[in-house]
Amino acid sequence: MNETKTFDWKEWLLSYSLYIILGLLIVLVVVVDDTFLSWGNFSNIMSQASTRGILALGVAGMIVYTGTDLSAGRILGASAAVSASLLQSVTYGARMYPSITEPIPMIVPLILSILVGMFFTTINAFGFAVLKMHPFIISLGTQLIAYGALCLYIDSQAGGAQPLANLDARYISFVNGYFDLGFTKLPYLVIYLAICAVVMWVIWNKTVLGKNMFAIGGNPEAAAVSGVNVTRNIFGVYLIAGVLYGIAAFLEAGRVQSVTTNTGLNYDLDAISGCVIGGVSFTGGVGTIPGVILGVVILQTINYSLYYLGINAYLQYIIKGLIIIMAVAIDVRKYIKKK
Amino acid sequence: MENENNGFLLEMLGVDKSFPGVKALDQARLQVRPETVHALMGENGAGKSTLMKCLFGIYKPDAGQVLIEGKPVNFTGPKEAMEGGVSMVHQELNQVLKRNVMENLWLGRFPVRHGLVSGREMLKRTRAIFEDLDIKVDPKAIIGKLSVSQRQMVEIAKAVSYHAKVLVLDEPTSSLTNQEVEHLFRIINKLRDTGVGIVYISHKMEEILAISDDVTIMRDGQWIATKPAADLTIDEIIKLMVGRDLTQRFPPKTNTPGGELMVVKNLTGRYMPTCRDVSFTLRRGEILGVAGLVGSRRTELLETIFGIAHRASGEIYKEGRPILNRSAEEAIKNGFAMITEERRANGIFAGLDITFNTVISNINSTNCKKYKDAGLLSGRKMNADAQSSITSMRIKTPSYKTFIRDLSGGNQQKVIIGRWLLTNPDVLLMDEPTRGIDVGAKAEIYQLIINLASEGKGIMVVSSEMPELLGICDRIMVMSGGRLAGILDVQDASQEKIMRLAAEYA
Repeated sequence: MNETKTFDWKEWLLSYSLYIILGLLIVLVVVVDDTFLSWGNFSNIMSQASTRGILALGVAGMIVYTGTDLSAGRILGASAAVSASLLQSVTYGARMYPSITEPIPMIVPLILSILVGMFFTTINAFGFAVLKMHPFIISLGTQLIAYGALCLYIDSQAGGAQPLANLDARYISFVNGYFDLGFTKLPYLVIYLAICAVVMWVIWNKTVLGKNMFAIGGNPEAAAVSGVNVTRNIFGVYLIAGVLYGIAAFLEAGRVQSVTTNTGLNYDLDAISGCVIGGVSFTGGVGTIPGVILGVVILQTINYSLYYLGINAYLQYIIKGLIIIMAVAIDVRKYIKKK
Repeated sequence: MENENNGFLLEMLGVDKSFPGVKALDQARLQVRPETVHALMGENGAGKSTLMKCLFGIYKPDAGQVLIEGKPVNFTGPKEAMEGGVSMVHQELNQVLKRNVMENLWLGRFPVRHGLVSGREMLKRTRAIFEDLDIKVDPKAIIGKLSVSQRQMVEIAKAVSYHAKVLVLDEPTSSLTNQEVEHLFRIINKLRDTGVGIVYISHKMEEILAISDDVTIMRDGQWIATKPAADLTIDEIIKLMVGRDLTQRFPPKTNTPGGELMVVKNLTGRYMPTCRDVSFTLRRGEILGVAGLVGSRRTELLETIFGIAHRASGEIYKEGRPILNRSAEEAIKNGFAMITEERRANGIFAGLDITFNTVISNINSTNCKKYKDAGLLSGRKMNADAQSSITSMRIKTPSYKTFIRDLSGGNQQKVIIGRWLLTNPDVLLMDEPTRGIDVGAKAEIYQLIINLASEGKGIMVVSSEMPELLGICDRIMVMSGGRLAGILDVQDASQEKIMRLAAEYA
């Protein structure tokens, strides 16, 4: 008779505690300042979340492999510099390429940006899959290389190191445009994020590449015995991440409308935090695309609300740090229990 | 001074333990006399491990009491239990692999002199215990480089160093050779003579009858019987364990070997130690056993054939065609399948569901197309295959969505066999396919193997249990020191003949 399964409150609280706490935090923000709840803010949060979200979609794959990517932010910086430099307004005197006198098709810088992203993630994949290095270390190296390349590139301008700004109007409206829904704006950026998320969902759930990624993250030895080509799969996932980094960089340059040597700084950490909050586990083999998007949006909402309330910038770092520690602590607890 | 314990060293009485939805222990009982080896038997899931976890305070029992030498105890964790004189050697050894033997032995209580750890003292104490127990292991060797049997000896020595009154051994012989088992038994006997009570958990009937004084049998969380080992036979034990007459341990053989399927010539692995110069033929519909001591490189032979270990030289022909098998991926395309020895380490994807675990090999083979709709994998089609595998293999699970880690060992093994059957292999390589699986499920796996052979597949079975090889194989090849010592027809084979061959180059 003791077969009745009672609802386990403790289990439920543990599984959802992070979302409960973050939800309460947002409620608190609304209580403190009720102007926070507006469509305008929502639209702002969503556009800010978009480029980081696309970046996080790439980083998530590496976390599923029990790895990580510390270089994503700097790769984004380097790719963004390529995009911006090719799409400066042709009437701007101090543009990087004075030889470009007619606007070039936007697809060209987008593709170059993606190629730059893929170049750097290939280095990471090579270190991880072939040299058998820990992704933490190889991506730490790549981070520095990408940063160095970005600085060299920005520094190579005829006028010296100056921000890559004064971008082409087509580019700015392609990135920052929106549909007017009357009560609010639907930024194009959100649509770009949605497209990337859908494509990634299909890759993760409906292709052999995606299935094998989870197999390798879950148990690499069993994956190899089961006929998974581990090396090829790692390269595949990293190349896709490179594509996403390139797209995110192209959009980010247009969104901020200026690329400096600081572009992309700490974006990797935001992407990783977003993934972890969204339930992509560092224990490997676990994670979902909706989770990643949710995690990034939650993180961005908190970032934005702290800024909106005018909280001291240094205090903001402390709060964000605590949220990441809490997210990982809860994640780890879940898996300890199941052992 | 009370004297109501009737002379029992360890008593566990009326132990109840429930988990959500399951009553794992129901008035379980265990009474161990001093200076005896007490076998604890039962199918997987009978409650043996749960009972031991209650003893060590890993689980808190809902009811019941534990007495040691008549005094009630209530340990709250393994460390407290060890200090209270109860030690356990787990089936899966928890050791710090990168540190040496003596550091593992004294971990958590290093001998200290002037505030610093004294290596000399540690060495002295370790040597003293090893000499007492006749253990020949270098105290300074790195644990991870020792054999399983040596590592087990170290764990036993650790228990002795805690002056254990009760020592629990969980499946201690599951990866030992016969010689190593004999050595272990000598040590167990020595300990027993010094007054230690030993609880011995094992599935191996022959061993239990050889080593134990008393046998307690559990079924479905309940105590069934405690009898002197001398009064029991294997058939009686099985009957008590399963609660029914299991008339035959091995199902009747219905397969008939046919023509040549695979020819292996002078196969040698690249990285020593490995198999050397092995040549044999596998026929269609044949079950070819691979016997040998641990270290005879049987696993390496299978791995080299399957392509997950590198080949240095030699040829493999399947149906006359030369086969390279440079990776598992290639081997699968060539019609090979391999069920590995370490199910948890390189068999299952614990955190993923049965569907994933069932189709993972097939979606990496040329059969992948059958799961696709418009180029994308269809969840419905994958689940359908998982469901048919669950039905045909009689896998006990609520659904194909269940995580594989929630299944028993026998059912996990069936999922893995199901995984490989989907790829429709001609040659199945099975490494210890019934390791850690209970009696009832073993019989089902044997039946499966025989059925597959009857369908014309060629099957190689590596096993350390000789009765198993003699029970289901057509021929038995015996490996020794990496080389093939001989091939016996099962009609002419006996345990003695196999042992003699196994020792040939060892």
